[in-house]
Amino acid sequence: MLEIKNLRAGIEGREILKGINLTVNKGEIHAIMGPNGSGKSTLAKVLAGHPQYEVLGGEVIYEGRNLLEMPPDERAREGVFMAFQYPIEVPGVSNAQFLRLAYNEKRKHLGEEELDPLEFKDLLKERAKVVEMDASFMTRSVNENFSGGEKKRNEILQMAVLEPKLAVLDETDSGLDIDALRIVANGVNQLFTPANAIIVVTHYQRLLNYIVPHFVHVLADGRIAREGGKELALELEAKGYDWIKTVDKGAGAPAN
Amino acid sequence: MVTELVKSENSYQAAFRSLRATVAWLDLVRNSAMDRFEHLGFPSVREEDWKYTNFSTLAKEEFVPVTSGSTEAREIESYPETAETHLVVVDGFLREDLSTTTGLGDVVAIDLFSAVEDARYNKIVRKYLARNAGYHNNGLTALNTAFLQSGVFLWIPKNVKLERPLQITFFAEGGANFPRLLVVAEENSSATLIESFVSSNGGKYFTNATAEIVVKDGAQLEHYRVQRESNGAYHVSSTSAELGRSSRYDTTSINLGAQLSRHDVSVVMDHEGAETAVDGLYMVGSDQHTDTHSVIDHKQPHCTSRQLYKGILDGNGRAVFNGKVFVREGAQKTDAQQTNKNLLLSDKARVDTKPQLEIYADDVKCAHGAAVGQIDPEELFYLEARGIDPELGRNLLTYGFAEEVIGKIKIDSIRSQLDEFVLRQLVSTDYADFTD
Repeated sequence: MLEIKNLRAGIEGREILKGINLTVNKGEIHAIMGPNGSGKSTLAKVLAGHPQYEVLGGEVIYEGRNLLEMPPDERAREGVFMAFQYPIEVPGVSNAQFLRLAYNEKRKHLGEEELDPLEFKDLLKERAKVVEMDASFMTRSVNENFSGGEKKRNEILQMAVLEPKLAVLDETDSGLDIDALRIVANGVNQLFTPANAIIVVTHYQRLLNYIVPHFVHVLADGRIAREGGKELALELEAKGYDWIKTVDKGAGAPAN
Repeated sequence: MVTELVKSENSYQAAFRSLRATVAWLDLVRNSAMDRFEHLGFPSVREEDWKYTNFSTLAKEEFVPVTSGSTEAREIESYPETAETHLVVVDGFLREDLSTTTGLGDVVAIDLFSAVEDARYNKIVRKYLARNAGYHNNGLTALNTAFLQSGVFLWIPKNVKLERPLQITFFAEGGANFPRLLVVAEENSSATLIESFVSSNGGKYFTNATAEIVVKDGAQLEHYRVQRESNGAYHVSSTSAELGRSSRYDTTSINLGAQLSRHDVSVVMDHEGAETAVDGLYMVGSDQHTDTHSVIDHKQPHCTSRQLYKGILDGNGRAVFNGKVFVREGAQKTDAQQTNKNLLLSDKARVDTKPQLEIYADDVKCAHGAAVGQIDPEELFYLEARGIDPELGRNLLTYGFAEEVIGKIKIDSIRSQLDEFVLRQLVSTDYADFTD
């Protein structure tokens, strides 16, 4: 589904990703971990097409197409979804309005029939159960005056409505208390199917107790420093990120 | 100061001499107002209050005042909510034949000029007319007062609640027209009033409107003003309200039309416990200029005011917002908040905003602020990341910006009319995409 080859990217002239290689197949959950500044959020933003980030080299193939040549909105309509670390507030636009617009833009793109407000309301009601959100959220402005946990749940609600093929969750666990974390993780697990794939970007192992990854990739200084199964996350939790840095110094980065 | 315009006989002076005489006191008021106009003339950019809004072209236009009402039949639509409570004023003259007042109940809505001669109302009119809209220092209000020949007198008797909103459509055709409105809401009454300024032609004319509003003790008035004059029009208007004890006056002014428009709104709270919300939205495109000057005057303790004005400017459109909030000595426990926010959709648009707070009491809660910004790229990216193309995204954000004012309007058809208007201004958007 996704093939990242020797991807180099940065912001404001500073190189942050220094050659990332990663392959994600359908039906897989990948965790990207790493210390602050290692480039994990940059990777998420580059995949989503954030305009401030500049691709300096390499390529990203998504479903056989060059992802980096597609504008962000087209990526989204083609099934790439990024859950924002800091979801943006959109005052004056209700959650229901926003979601229907996004949903219908995708349907139009795929040549499918659009849903009218009533039809969409039914769909939304159904999908909202995934993150245990009640109807009052639908008439409120997008993320406006939402708590941190509500914003993150709202991201997963959007994912539930838009049904992406590839979801990138950028530090979705940050700022969540244990109950919200459980709801969010539970929502993600419900949405995971053999036909899609999920990349979980996180600093902490905690989230991975709930969303269990098939693969763990640890970033350090813009490169994948270590890869393994879910047990790698536990090892990291026990030893800390300094351990990776030490390994780096000793053995050098694994061949990319 | 005597401007070029009034040095010699002009269209206004000629028309003024042709006006029909009325009762002595009103003749006196009109004559004195004309004197003031001749003395003051049209405002000049040299005056602080008119610094950013140049009406010198208006002075040169020599519009001919409309001095008799037309009798031409025409269809002027009301909102569905006001089908039975709709007054039509054409070029400043109330047209009873085009108006529907069957839903008014005990509320009186009649020609202001005839109310002057009506024994039932002449005392009220005499007491309140030209009381809040002073013409001594304002040439434009003086001109409106000099040409007082018709207009609307709206009287909501004590304890009467008008269930349906009342709409007054001010329809303009050409020349200089002078709509005048006097509203007196007696003790513990309540009503909703909509003023709509419209035109059927795209032409040049000059609307100079004055509204005076008295909200007595315990009364409540909700007041909407929707200005959709033609693109070639000059629109100058003032709304002056005085509030009684524990009364409430909420007003929302929507300014969309006219080439050059100016609205002065003032709310004076000289009795304890009054509350007001003075909100507005202006939206201008290329070659449009709109100016709002607002005064909210807290003269007594325990009054509350809220003000939210938002502006959307496109092309080389220009806007001015000047909002003064006074908290006078002794007006303790005043609670005043004022905000002006502007969204520039183009690099050529310009706004001059000046919120002002003057406080002479020490136990008050006041805040004010102004902001001028453009579409936030982070917000836009968020929408794009959800599959919304950038153009639609910009429209959605603009719509959302306006919605903070529009969404508060309690009359459904005004709200949907404005939603539609806002979205029509925005390129290639399907209105149906946005409806809930």
